[in-house]
Amino acid sequence: MPSLQGLRRKIGSIKNTQKITKAMKMVAAAKLKRAQERILAARPYAKKMAVVLGSLASRANRQAHPLLRKSTGNRIELLVVTSDRGLCGAFNTNILRKAVEFLRQKQEAGCTVTVSVVGRKGRDFFRRRPWARRQEWVGVFDRLSYEHALDIGGDIVQQFTGGTFDELHIVYNEFKSVIQQRVVVEKLLPIESLDQQAEKLGGGYLFEPDEEELLKALLPKHIEVQTFHALMESAAAELGARMAAMDGATRNAGELIQKLTLYYNKTRQAAITKELMDIVGGAEALK
Amino acid sequence: MSKILLEIVTPDKLLLSKEVDEVICPGADGDFGVLPGHCQFLSALRVGELQYLIGEERQYFSIMWGFVDVTPTRVTVLAEVAEKAEDIDTERAQAKVLEAEAKVAAGGSREVMEAALTSLEKARLRKKVAERAKQRTH
Repeated sequence: MPSLQGLRRKIGSIKNTQKITKAMKMVAAAKLKRAQERILAARPYAKKMAVVLGSLASRANRQAHPLLRKSTGNRIELLVVTSDRGLCGAFNTNILRKAVEFLRQKQEAGCTVTVSVVGRKGRDFFRRRPWARRQEWVGVFDRLSYEHALDIGGDIVQQFTGGTFDELHIVYNEFKSVIQQRVVVEKLLPIESLDQQAEKLGGGYLFEPDEEELLKALLPKHIEVQTFHALMESAAAELGARMAAMDGATRNAGELIQKLTLYYNKTRQAAITKELMDIVGGAEALK
Repeated sequence: MSKILLEIVTPDKLLLSKEVDEVICPGADGDFGVLPGHCQFLSALRVGELQYLIGEERQYFSIMWGFVDVTPTRVTVLAEVAEKAEDIDTERAQAKVLEAEAKVAAGGSREVMEAALTSLEKARLRKKVAERAKQRTH
């Protein structure tokens, strides 16, 4: 039988843990609200941009800009977006599982793969894996801003143009709803054409001021916008996952406390009864 | 008469999605009008005024940079900043114009001057667009 003091201590410790998980849940919920509004507002722009670029890519001259050029090589880079902090359930596990699956698949197909990571969790994971890490960004989610997308997008565009890799895919958690995330793999570079809506209309495409100048401004911006979009999706999804995980943890702690308290009271009652019996027995003997 | 779908999006939100008769955009090389069935066209935008027509009804927007993609059935405006005329506070816009004018008058290095001139241009545009909205309500 455990000592009463030990039980009391255990209950106290679980209560402390519960307080922490509860606080984390509240913080995540408050932050999530803002992140959610941000992502919902930003989605149309990114989506429209992708549509415009897609239809442009299907019509414009493929050789007009390096970012449109179809790759011939087989070096593939995967940009993995994870979180900086843990305690968010299966959030990182899901994304990393998908990333590993993707890398294996591409490797089997005879491609050379490299990895770039956003987020501390992903970095730590890939540190112990055989794949070559090219670049990593840590701590962007503390204060996510467009600057980060500029930084990451700029690097990607530069490396792609410089010929470090021939294709770039990005894997991130999409914010579906507060309790649901969806792992998404997207091909970012070279920019794909949207074939399904190939409005095959004869004649050229008019550009103003001129094609080269316009593409030079538009394409890198597109990559930045898409990167930013992915980062925001991931940030919102992370908060959602953390909120759900912490909610579960708080509930589990509550259950545990209840169970232990019941056991504690039973044990205490038994000890009192035993003591009473002893006293009664002693008094009886003195008669 | 056929219509054309006008969509205006900014990084913050989807500002407008509507079937219209005609759109007039502030292109980088000058304003241009778009009617349904326009040929495919991609243009950069400058700081300027965008208007669209539904029948006799005319609406104004202030647009600051960005791009517009035109297809025969659709006009997609990807603007850095865009505002509906009715949403602009005329008095504040006026105050901004004065502020920007003072800055330009103060002068300074080339970069400072350039920034001041740009903000003056933006402020004047917002004021102009805001006044358009007012005129219409009278």
